[in-house]
This record gives sequence, structure tokens and C-alpha cells, in this order.
Amino acid sequence: MFARGIRIIGSYIAQHPLPFGIAVGGAAVYAAATVGGTIVLGRVVDEVVVPGLDGEVSAGTIALGALAIVAVGLVRAGGIVTRRYFAGMTGARMQASLRTRVIQRYGELPLAYHRAHPTGELLAHAQADIDAATDVIHPLPYSTAVILLIVFAAVALVVTDPFLALIGCSILPMLALFNKVYVARVERPLSRAQERIGDLSAVAHESIDGALVVKTLGREAAEVARFAERADAIRDERMAAGRLRATFEPVFSAVPNLAVIVLLLVGSWRVSTGAITTGDLVQFVSLFLILAFPLRVIGFALSDLPRAVVGHERLEEVFEEPLTMAPAVEALGLPDGPLGVSVRSVSYSNGPHPVLRDLSLEVAPNETVAIVGPTGSGKSTLTELLVRLADPDLGSVRIGGVDLRHVDATRLREDVAVVFQDSFLFASSIRENIELETEASDRDVSRAARLAQADAFIRALPAGYDTVVGERGLTLSGGQRQRVALARALVRLPRVLILDDATSSVDPTIEAAILDGLRREVAATLIIVAYRVSTIALADRVLLLDGGRIVAEGRHEDLLASHPAYAAIVRADERGAA
Amino acid sequence: MTPPHRSEEALALARAEEVAPPSTLDGGPPTEPPRAEERSVRVEGAWHVLRRGLRESPELRAGLGFTVILALANAIGRLILPVLIGFTLDRGLLGPEGFRPGLVASACAVAAIVVAGVYVAGRAAYIRLVRASETALRNLRVRAFAHIHDLSIAEQTAEKRGAFVARVTADVDILGQFMEWGAISWITSGILMAGTAVLMFVYSWQLALLTLVIVAPIAFVMRVLQRGMLAAYERVRARIGETLSAVSESVMGAAVIRAYGLDRRVEVRLGGAIRRQYEAQMNANRYQATIFPIGDLFGAVATAAVVAVGVTFGADSGLTVGGLVAFLFLVAMFVDPLSELSETFDMTQSAIAGWRKVLGVLDLPVELVEPDPGRSVSAGPLSIRAEGVEFAYRDGGGPVLRGIDVEVPAGGHVAIVGETGCGKTTFAKLLCRLADPSSGRIVLGEVDLREISREARRRAVLMVPQDGFLFDTTIRENVRFGRAGAEDRDVEAAFASLDLDGWLGGLPEGLDTNAGERGEALSVGERQLVALARAQLASPECLILDEATSAVDPQTERIIAEALGRLSRGRTTLSIAHRLSTAESADSVLVFDRGKIVERGAHSELIERGGVYAALYRSWLGEVAEQVAS
Repeated sequence: MFARGIRIIGSYIAQHPLPFGIAVGGAAVYAAATVGGTIVLGRVVDEVVVPGLDGEVSAGTIALGALAIVAVGLVRAGGIVTRRYFAGMTGARMQASLRTRVIQRYGELPLAYHRAHPTGELLAHAQADIDAATDVIHPLPYSTAVILLIVFAAVALVVTDPFLALIGCSILPMLALFNKVYVARVERPLSRAQERIGDLSAVAHESIDGALVVKTLGREAAEVARFAERADAIRDERMAAGRLRATFEPVFSAVPNLAVIVLLLVGSWRVSTGAITTGDLVQFVSLFLILAFPLRVIGFALSDLPRAVVGHERLEEVFEEPLTMAPAVEALGLPDGPLGVSVRSVSYSNGPHPVLRDLSLEVAPNETVAIVGPTGSGKSTLTELLVRLADPDLGSVRIGGVDLRHVDATRLREDVAVVFQDSFLFASSIRENIELETEASDRDVSRAARLAQADAFIRALPAGYDTVVGERGLTLSGGQRQRVALARALVRLPRVLILDDATSSVDPTIEAAILDGLRREVAATLIIVAYRVSTIALADRVLLLDGGRIVAEGRHEDLLASHPAYAAIVRADERGAA
Repeated sequence: MTPPHRSEEALALARAEEVAPPSTLDGGPPTEPPRAEERSVRVEGAWHVLRRGLRESPELRAGLGFTVILALANAIGRLILPVLIGFTLDRGLLGPEGFRPGLVASACAVAAIVVAGVYVAGRAAYIRLVRASETALRNLRVRAFAHIHDLSIAEQTAEKRGAFVARVTADVDILGQFMEWGAISWITSGILMAGTAVLMFVYSWQLALLTLVIVAPIAFVMRVLQRGMLAAYERVRARIGETLSAVSESVMGAAVIRAYGLDRRVEVRLGGAIRRQYEAQMNANRYQATIFPIGDLFGAVATAAVVAVGVTFGADSGLTVGGLVAFLFLVAMFVDPLSELSETFDMTQSAIAGWRKVLGVLDLPVELVEPDPGRSVSAGPLSIRAEGVEFAYRDGGGPVLRGIDVEVPAGGHVAIVGETGCGKTTFAKLLCRLADPSSGRIVLGEVDLREISREARRRAVLMVPQDGFLFDTTIRENVRFGRAGAEDRDVEAAFASLDLDGWLGGLPEGLDTNAGERGEALSVGERQLVALARAQLASPECLILDEATSAVDPQTERIIAEALGRLSRGRTTLSIAHRLSTAESADSVLVFDRGKIVERGAHSELIERGGVYAALYRSWLGEVAEQVAS
């Protein structure tokens, strides 16, 4: 873990060596100036204070002493500023470059990857994992400063008086030891408390989100008891941590204080024998007090390392995920005129599970075909293959006779549009959501919206087409969202339009009007995945999909009469609706 | 949220800094700066919150006392050193009698005893203060949570619920951090600075004044920089939010982005967001870098001035070497807490803002007062009647329901249809007293609903909400919540009587299948089935069914419809109907439109009348019927 962590840090630093180097330089200056400050203080006591109070020092010497104190203070401040600024820069640059890389990777990975991982996980890679991987970098220059400080201070002590240095060396390292024990012990109740906070938060979320159920079932008292139990657990853990803190924290001020007291005892004897000067003694006191701090925090230096390793490994998983979709080889366009769709012996599996098996189908140019099938029959996968969101494992998908693997991505998107059941809207105005990267005029947009039966409700919104929807905007109902998503497809005047259960949340009256309009005004090959009989019945032809293959096809009425499985699916829907 | 070891580290660093010598050390991560809304808390407001908070949590008064003891012990422990140094130099070393080992030894012994005493006293005080503050936090949390459940939920939106969760979690946690660090820091730093100042005046009032004059501007400079830093961090936070929403858009919209070839758009947006976040971070970084050595720098200037002035004029006023050296250490002790206090200031603002929000929850009036003692209702089937019911939300927006008069006879079944937002769900909530009407009344079995005791009401009326929310436990436990003390066989019987055995058998672990968070391990339809079984177990006289609008696969849909039929048999039932079959099978149908009943009557009558319902019905079913017929 440790070696791996160091290697990871090394590789990160290697990407931004300059700011990191400057930060470490600043740290060294700071450490030197801090120890230098105590030396200056000692000299000032000897050369200025002691003789000065007897009136034996010139004003020039006094001024020089004061100036030296200020100068050393300035250098130290400069060191701090340099270190902090450039350490911050190193961290921010690392985050930016990692984030760019993760997001680029998301764009290159197949949609199946997105489907296989929950949104929260993908967001965590781009945020929390990057923070975890890089947080260890920011304090590194500071850790360097701490180590240098200890080294410089030790040298200064030994050079001035090895005898007194011995006192420091025998007492002060105890701080590091105490701290190690303390951190190890307090970590336990604290991390348990954090887990308990998680428990409490889960109960609060569940209970408050489910307030309606809690209330209707009269479970308030039980819920409060459940919550109180978690709150008690937090209190107990935190009190346990508090007891440890009470025992250890005062040690960290008591030990250096005791060290200074011993130092004064022995030091005054050393001064009396002439081994050291008064100034030396003052410098020693100062150094002792300075050392107490770095000795304590040195344990923190790489405490973030395990977290960084975990974060880095999660990111590595994203970077190492194989890319399965190759860009189109020849980048052809689609032929002019109405386009037929043909699927030839296509098989596709999701990991070990076959989803489509040797499936073939033909849709004539400008024909309307409905695809019907029970849940899990492969309908959505089929639509994804039709618009090349994935490539088949075997067989081919052709539109206008051209294998999709040879069609230029941009041109494919121009001619073939798909509308999903889950209609995602961007956090921008409705107009932008419809026109999206096309050159559609306002008139085109409203025409598309009219066809999608969205124009009227959009105009009734507070800002009409300029109403902002999505994350920070107005929340549309599921049916309204689906209609906007449909308009987004229609505005592109696609020659092949695929609706994957795209009107499932739309009111049946409106849905009927939509389909009616599509049939009358849109010249496109239309493939509709649907449940509702009213939708299915509009199609020229119905394909029944089951277990990853087409099991029947024909006109709705014929299938209804001849195919019991089909009748069962369709009837189930009727009974639900009727 | 800062993980515990981080705040622990911060605490450790802050504490360690307290023992820092004449030269200040920097270090320790900055505390999370508060948000704009939190900064707007004015000082007067803060005092009010503080007084109010202390009233709500009397435990904190005791905690305050222990904190003062801790602070006094801490101040004594720290001030003893400079005094000892001065004493040793002047009396034990440089005095007219030269080196006096006996005197130095006894002085050191006394100091060591004081340090040990301070340790013991500090430890005892700290343990008690943690106990007091943790108890206070725990009680505050639980009270706020209980209060939230007492509130009427008719008006609760998803955002409000999210805010409530934050009140009893994050806000109380911030308050906790403050109590165990910020508040202590105020008191310890205050007492230490006061003690240091007094001691400085004892050694030399002239030098003390000089120090105060030089050091005073720190407070000002720090505040200015701190404000700038806060604003800069606010921008960073906003930029991080933008990056996050750009990333989340690209992830959630992955299918649309690919299907419509929007990669460029995403790249531009994300690239811009990442760049702006970096720039904002670097801007904040400038403040971060400069703010730290400020105290240090002022300390150096003050030290230099004290040396120069002390040496030049001190001898005349009787200043000794020991006195001056002690004074130099005191200057550092005085400057040190200033920068820490400046950070504490911001933390205090966040904590006060959080505290205010938590107290704000306790201030929300409980609108539904349960009658004491409440009346009971007669056993057997009950009628429900709404008389001239109106309802408007407290936060304005006009009436949602107007002039509603409805009677559901005992054992009868009424269905309500209408578009989303017509007030039908609100009406359903009034019927089980999740809110009270603004005017008019609801009468259950001839008794005003407001006069019926909580228990009697719950036995009599049950609402089955449409969202099918389940708790994160087994299906068995979820159903058991329907009736306290129900046995396993009662749970099984509930499923059996709704004919759900077959469905249950198809689940991997049957009744022991876990429902997952919010029930999300089950499908929407399955969640509804569990909710129906729960209602069956509760077995109320009156059933308020709020049907789900979301799409459910046809098979499950069929099972739900049958279970619903069985559940409502023999009970007074009011359904918010989204299924046509529900409306059709009801004794009468009410059509709601913008908070009013626009049509009422039996299904067949309404069809004949040819009004709103008939049109709705035609569009609803028309095409289906047509197709099936052809």
C-alpha cells in the first residue's frame, strides 16, 4: 500500500513538477527562517537586551537587532506564501487534468458502460475519487517543511549545546509517540461515530421521505424511537472520543511545558558555569516550544495515503475500461430518399446474458412498424442497435442498405432519430432543448412542438419556449418531458424515427393526436416500441419480440386472432387501461 | 462533509498551535467557510439565536461553566512559562546574588506542580463539557426530528423534506463541531488573551500599550482578507457545482448525447466548467496563501518594537532582562490566538446559522392539534362526508379546493378523476386528516374528523399513497407496519386474502425479500402490491386509494387491479382514479377541475350526459374499444 501510494504520488507530481518544486522550495525557506528566528532571538538577547538594559549598547545595534527580527519574519512569511500558493496550484492543476481525462473517457466508453454503472458512481469518479486521489498532494510541501524544521532545529540545538540538546531529545520525541497512540485510539470511536452519523442520516432520510406512510400508519413514535437510538449511539461514541481527547490533548501542552521547566533548571546552571549564554538559553526555550508542534503533526504527513490509493484505483478502473465501439471505418453518408431498415442475423449479449439471438427484420422505406414484446424481450437493446448506440456481436444493422459501422456518426445522427422512454432534458430553455445543435429556426421549433402536441403547454408556461427546465428550472411532468423529447427528434426532420416507448407517460388522448399527426405530416420510416393497443394498432405491421428474437409478425388484427401470446400481452394492457 | 479524522486533525493542529512559541507556526487546514446566506447572520441575530438556543438546551449552561474552567486552567498552564523564565533569569541567574540553584529548583518544582494540576483540572473539565454538549445535541436532534413528524405533511414538498433531513443531520453536526471546538476556542482564546494582556501590563504598561497599538490592525486586516477569502470560496463552491452539474448532465443524458451526436456541446461545456473551477480555485488560493502569515508578521514587528523600545527606555522604568524576555514570549502568546479567532469567527457564523435553522424547525407551528380526549367512532362501516370544504396552502397561492361537498356512504365507493394538479390528492389528504380544511369540515361516521382521537382515526381511515414508499427492510416487516403486533401468519393472511400468494412465491426470498431503500429494490408495481397488503392488514373501515400514475408493466397492472378490488370490498372507499376500471366500477364519480367538482354521478349517467367525463372517457378508452371491436 505504502510503496504503491508513493508511486502514485510520484506519478502525479511528475505531471506538474514545477509548481510542486517551488512549493517545496518555499517550505525549505520557511523551515530555515523559523529556526533562524530563534537564533536571531538568542543573539538579540545576548547582544542587545542584556547589555542594552545596562545602557551599554548603541542605538545602531538596537536598530540592527530589531531589523533582524523583522527581516527574518518577512522571509518566513514569504516562505509560507510561496509554499501555500504553489501547493494549491499543484493540487488544482492535478484535479483539472484528471477530471478532463475522466470525462473524456466517459465520452469514449460505450453506452453499455453507462448503463452498467449507477449515475452516482460515475459522478463520484469525477468528483470524490479525484479529490481523494489528489488531497494527499496539497499537504506534502507542508510535511516537507515539518521534517526540515525538525532537522534544522535538532542541528541548532546540538551545535549550541549538546548537553541541553540531550534534554530535548529525551523528552520531546515522547510527543510523537503519544500522538501516535492517541490518533490510533481516538480514530476508533470517531470513525464509529461517523458510521453512526451515516445510520442516523439514513433513518432521517427514510423516515422524512416516507412521512406520508409514517403518518398514515401512525408510526411517529416508533420512528422517533428509532431515530433517538441512532442519536444516542452518536453521542456515546463522541463522548468516548471526548474522554480520550481529554486525556491526551492536555499532554501535548503539558509535555513541552515540563521540558521547558527542566531546561530552565539545567540551563540556568549551564549559564552560571559559562557553558552557554543567556541568549542561548532563550533560544533553547524557543526551539523546544517550536519542536513540540512538528513532532506532533509529523504523524499526519501521509495519513491520506490509503485514501489516495483507493481513489486512484477507482480512477484507474475507468481509464482501463475497454473501448468496444470503433469509429466508422469508411464514414459513408446515407443514400437520398426514404430509408429502409434491415437487421440481419443479429446477436447481442450483455455480458454472459444473450439479449438478441440471430434476429432479422426488414422495415420498408416510410413504413410504420410496431415492436411489441414482454419486459426483457430485448426491445430497447434492439432500438439501441438501430441507432448505433452499440454494435451487434454478430450480424449487421443496415439503414438504406449501408452497414451502420460504415456510416459517418454525424450524418447518421442527422437522418436517424430516436426518442427514449426516459426523456432526458438538459438544464436550459425548452427552445434549446428542442433545437439542440441544429440550425432550426423558431418556426421549425414550434412546428416540431406542435406535432409533438407540446406547443400549447409550452406557450402556457411562464416564459413560453424560454422557460428553463431541468435541474434548476421548472419541473415538467413525465408526459410533458416526453413530448419535448419528441419535438427534439422531429425538429431534425429525420428520415428514420424510432420511438422507444416514448409516449408511455403521455395522456392517451394526446398520444392519439401525436400519432395521428406523425402519420399525416411526417414522411419517415417509423419504428415504434409500445405497450398501448391504440399505439400498436396504428402500425402497418407489428413484430412480436420474445426471448431476443422475432416470434411473430403481421397486422395487429391478424396477430390478435392467431397468436395467443400476442393477445395476452395486448389484453393485459387493455384490462389495465379499461 | 469533513470526515472525522480531518476535523480531528484540524483540532489537533489548532491545539498544537496554542503551544507555539514566539514565532507562530502555520498549519492546519482552514475551516470550511460558511455560505453567503449564513454570513448574512448579523451579530444581534446571533445573540438572539444564542440565548434562544441556550434556553432550548439547558445542558449547555453547565457546559459553559466547564468551558470557563478549562479555559482558566489552560491560561494558567501557558502563562506560567514566561513568568518562570522571567523569574529564573532575574532572581536565579542574573540577580545580584548570581546563580541560586535552590531558588531555581523550587521555582521549577512549583511550576511543574502547576502544570500537573492544570492537566488534571483541564481533563476533568473537558470530559464534563463534552458530556454536556453531546447530550444537548442529542436532545436537540431528537426533539427536532419528533417535531418534524408532528407537522402537517400536506404541504411538504421534496425540497422541504430534503431541508428537514439537513436540519437533523448536517446542521446539528456543524453545531456539534462548533461546540467542541469553536465555542471552546472563543472562550479559551479570550481568557488567554485577557490573561496575557494583564501580565504584559504587570511587566511594563508602556510596552503593553505599544504592543496593543501595533497588533490591533491585525483584527482589521484579517477581517478584510477573510471576507475576500469567503467570497472567493463561495465562487469556488459555485464553480464546483457547475462542474458537477455539467458532469451529471453528460452522464445522465449519455444516451441522448450519443443518439443526437452532441459530444461537442458536452466537451465545450465541461471544458469551460473545469477551467472556470480551476481559476476560481487559484483565486481563493491567493487568499489562502497570504492570510496565514499575517499574524506572524505582525508578531515579528511587535517583537522588534518591544526589543527596541524596551532596551532604549526600559532601564529607566525598572525593566529587567527577565521581564523583557518574558514579555517577548507574551507578545507571541497574545498574537497567536488572533488568527485562530478569525477563523473561528466564520465557523461560528455557520454554526449559528445552522442553529437558527434547527431552532426554526422547532418554531414551526404544529397545525394539527389532536383532540384531548378525542372521540371514538362507532364500529362497523362508516360514511365519510365533506361539507363545504376549502383548502389553501399557508404560503399563499390561493385556494386549491373550493366548495367541495361529497358524501361517501358507508361501504360505498366513490372515484375522483381529474387532471394533475386539480386538487384531488390534496382532498384525499384532508380525508385522513393529514391536513385540516381551511374552512368547512370532514365528517367521519357523523363525527367531525377534528374531534376524533388519533388512534380511533387511524383505525378507521387509511390512505394508501400512490408513491408506494417502503422502508428499507423485508417485505414482511413492511407489511407488519400496517398493524402493531401483527403475527407472521397475519402478514401471510393479508397476502393470501388479496390473492397475492402467487406473486409472492415468484420473489427470490418471498416475504423475506428486502425492499431496499424507499422500496426501490422492487418495481413500482410491486411496491404498490406491498402497500396494498399492508393496508389489508391494517383493515380500516375507510380506504383512501391514491392510484399511481406511473407506468407499470401489464402483468403487474392486472395483479394490482385484482388486489385493489379485493382490498376495497366491504370498505367505504374513495379512489383517486387513474385507471378507468376504477372509475367504472365506482358507485359514483366526481370530476375535479381546478379545485372544484365540475361533474358528479354514476359512470353511466356521466357518459350519457356527454360532459367532461364523457369526453375523458372516450379519449381514454375510445380508441382501445374501437380497435378491439374492429
